[in-house]
Amino acid sequence: MPSSEQAVLRMVGISKKFPGVVANDGVDLEVRAGEVHALLGENGAGKTTLMSILCGLYHPDEGSIIWKGHPVRFASPWQAAAQGIGMVHQDFKLIQRMTVAENVMLGQPSSRRALFDAPAAAAAVERVSADFGLPIDPRTQVRQLSAGMQQRVAILRVLSGRPDLVIFDEPTSVLTPQEAESLFRMMRSLVQQGKSICFITHKLEEVMHIATRVTVLRDGKVVDTSETRLTSPRELARRMVGREVLFTVTKEPSLPRDVTLEVQNLATAGAPGQVALHDISLQVRQGEILGVAGISGNGQNELAEAIAGLRPVLSGRITIDGRETAHSHPREIINMGVAYIPDKVRQNAVFMDLDLAHNAMAKSHRGAPLAPFGVFRMRAIAAHVQRLLAAYHVRAPSQATLARQLSGGNLQRLVLARELSRAQHTPRLIIAANPTAGLDVGATEYVHTQLLEQRDLGRAVLLISADLDELLALSDRIAVLSAGHIVGTVPAGQVHLEDIGLMMGGTNAAGREPLS
Amino acid sequence: MSRGVEGPQWSQAEGPPGKSEGSAQGRSSGPGGQPPNLAIKWLRAAGVALLAIAAAFLAASILIAILGINPIRAFGAFIQGSLGTRNGIAETLVRATPLALAGLGVAVAFRAGVWNIGAEGQIFLGALGATLVGLYLPPLPRPVHLLLVGLGGFAGGALWGGIAGFLKARFQANEIIVTIMMNYLGILLVGFLVTGPMKDASGLAPQPQTVPLIASALLPKLIPATRAHIGTLFAIAAAGVVWFMMKRTSLGYELRSSGANPDAARHVGIDVKRAVVVAMLISGGLAGLAGANEVSGVQHYLTQDISSGYGYLSIAVALFGGLEPLGILFSSLFFGAVLVGSEAMQRGLSVPIYLVYIIEGLVIISMLLRQLARRRSTV
Repeated sequence: MPSSEQAVLRMVGISKKFPGVVANDGVDLEVRAGEVHALLGENGAGKTTLMSILCGLYHPDEGSIIWKGHPVRFASPWQAAAQGIGMVHQDFKLIQRMTVAENVMLGQPSSRRALFDAPAAAAAVERVSADFGLPIDPRTQVRQLSAGMQQRVAILRVLSGRPDLVIFDEPTSVLTPQEAESLFRMMRSLVQQGKSICFITHKLEEVMHIATRVTVLRDGKVVDTSETRLTSPRELARRMVGREVLFTVTKEPSLPRDVTLEVQNLATAGAPGQVALHDISLQVRQGEILGVAGISGNGQNELAEAIAGLRPVLSGRITIDGRETAHSHPREIINMGVAYIPDKVRQNAVFMDLDLAHNAMAKSHRGAPLAPFGVFRMRAIAAHVQRLLAAYHVRAPSQATLARQLSGGNLQRLVLARELSRAQHTPRLIIAANPTAGLDVGATEYVHTQLLEQRDLGRAVLLISADLDELLALSDRIAVLSAGHIVGTVPAGQVHLEDIGLMMGGTNAAGREPLS
Repeated sequence: MSRGVEGPQWSQAEGPPGKSEGSAQGRSSGPGGQPPNLAIKWLRAAGVALLAIAAAFLAASILIAILGINPIRAFGAFIQGSLGTRNGIAETLVRATPLALAGLGVAVAFRAGVWNIGAEGQIFLGALGATLVGLYLPPLPRPVHLLLVGLGGFAGGALWGGIAGFLKARFQANEIIVTIMMNYLGILLVGFLVTGPMKDASGLAPQPQTVPLIASALLPKLIPATRAHIGTLFAIAAAGVVWFMMKRTSLGYELRSSGANPDAARHVGIDVKRAVVVAMLISGGLAGLAGANEVSGVQHYLTQDISSGYGYLSIAVALFGGLEPLGILFSSLFFGAVLVGSEAMQRGLSVPIYLVYIIEGLVIISMLLRQLARRRSTV
């Protein structure tokens, strides 16, 4: 077989299970010497798990790795590095308060001696940095460097082991376009030296730009491997997302009425390390679900926070039921009937160390009927909480149960109950961010039913989700966010999946005007 | 997302539990009542506290034995001195009262996620505020004057705590460092005033101090012929008020929410920065009441050592009391007795008074070890 003669690495039948998830399911991968091999797939498709197995972080449940013609088993990343395989992690894994040299030398045999020879380390780093044309000052503290330069430190750490295969995990997610271009130049020069590169990404354009071949992963399985020049972004998007056929949507046609939420030319700053929003405009009407698609970290949370009043609005307008709220206090917005199910409820919505009663009465904790004049009416509270727990099927021994003791599904039910059935202020607008992330099928279905029910009650729903299937199943229209911009807004019923995939990658590929 | 405010992540289920709002049990336990395991939980908390005390005293006896003193005799003197006589009990109450008031303040701040280490300085400012009201107002009916003395004390402590709260909310200044520094400022400010502008100029006073407060600003005695005064009753009342505020009002709800999870608090519309400031105002105010209590009930004038470390000890009192008002009342009694009993040991057997601080430290460590063990078991 000619291909296997060239193959420097073969992974055969790799499977890896985590509790409740099959991350890799019989994956075969072959990487040739001197190629950039892209691993393409959605979040959770199993790309990073596969590469973590390759570099010795995880052990596969099944399957074998053949490296340079010999079967290998790496017990640790050190062993993989010694054999010439290194990985540049997405989050760099650097120690911010150490210098560049200290970070590069971390884990190298010389750093395990009792004394650290700083001048020698600096000289070693300068040598590597000169060899690969990646200039850097070894004595700078890492925390003073930009994201692009920090990545350079992480790359130098890998290159200082003189690897033959370098794995990059979504390396461009924190880079400016210019930094990304210089990274690609460096990758090309590495493969010209005969090294191989595995390049994890979900950006189609990068694949077309840099990769020799591409393997598409979906749900832990390999969909296909092909030469990049023989494929197209459209084809890759279809493979990545998986289905050409749309869902049979079990929902009534929507009957949108008046505009509830209107966002015009919104701009905000991003959270540290996250994108800012630019010129966002969208409308959500009563009785419709507007889905917001996008690869996570492209401004979804910033959008939800801005509408909820939790993130300062730099410019633009937000109106809810005709009232300007861009600079309102979060409580005012809550009291206008805005329900918000934030991303990562454990962190952002729930008091894990407090009991269910405390959690369930949040947002209703001021004023009548539960707390007229700021004093709790214990009977009314107990009755209200009891009603919520029963109506939303939160299974718990008592109201005094700690939130920490609930399962993910029960916790999400608790949050839904609190947000959708408040003691005062009936919801008019519901913002839900990844409301089913991490939930099992039953709980997911419950959340979906609730959201559709809210829509059919004539409420406006803004559904932000990293799950395209969920968006297509629930939304009436879908707006696609990429890098803090809305690339386009399309009716969910007629959209082609590849188009959404392409738009998530930043291109309005169909070339059609954004619909609204 | 960055947290608005960093602070102690005190598990609010800690300590003597059982007063969480609402109950699924309906009528039998009443509104806000707790299922029948309340008594068990209390017993367990008390048992753990007793274990910590026993461990601390065991370690202390080893130290006493090293000094060549029979530990059994030493603790005999300890018990006799603190609880064995009418005067001993009165002195224990005199010491427990400021510890309880300041400890309640510490608990309010800790529950709200703010590490207020500044009770000592807040006590000094409270004493100053009370002194100003008790010295420079004309004679008034005693209830009115005492109320104003209390307000003066609260205001002084609230000012000192509020500054730290404001700096944390506005500039993310670390409240631990700020409150420690404010301790020195408060102690030295009072020292300056009683040796200078406010000094008793008669020359009769044995130490730098102000002239005595006017009679209508003094707290009446609780036990005749002792120093025990009715400030103790006010401390018990304050525990009730703090419990009600924290567990039965929207304000307390917001403070506890901010302390338990500032991110989630923001998402449910709570102004976490405001909560930090409010918590520090109340916390400092309660410590200020302790200062007013010392001036109006014990010393009757302001001195430069109006608090002998009550503020620092009140942190231990609050933690040992599980940050719960009732627990803090008991824990202040315990530490009050330790103070008085240790003095008795020193007088009778020359055991160094520093033993108090050793016992204090040992008790805190035992309590924290227990907390760590629990934390680990729940993860």
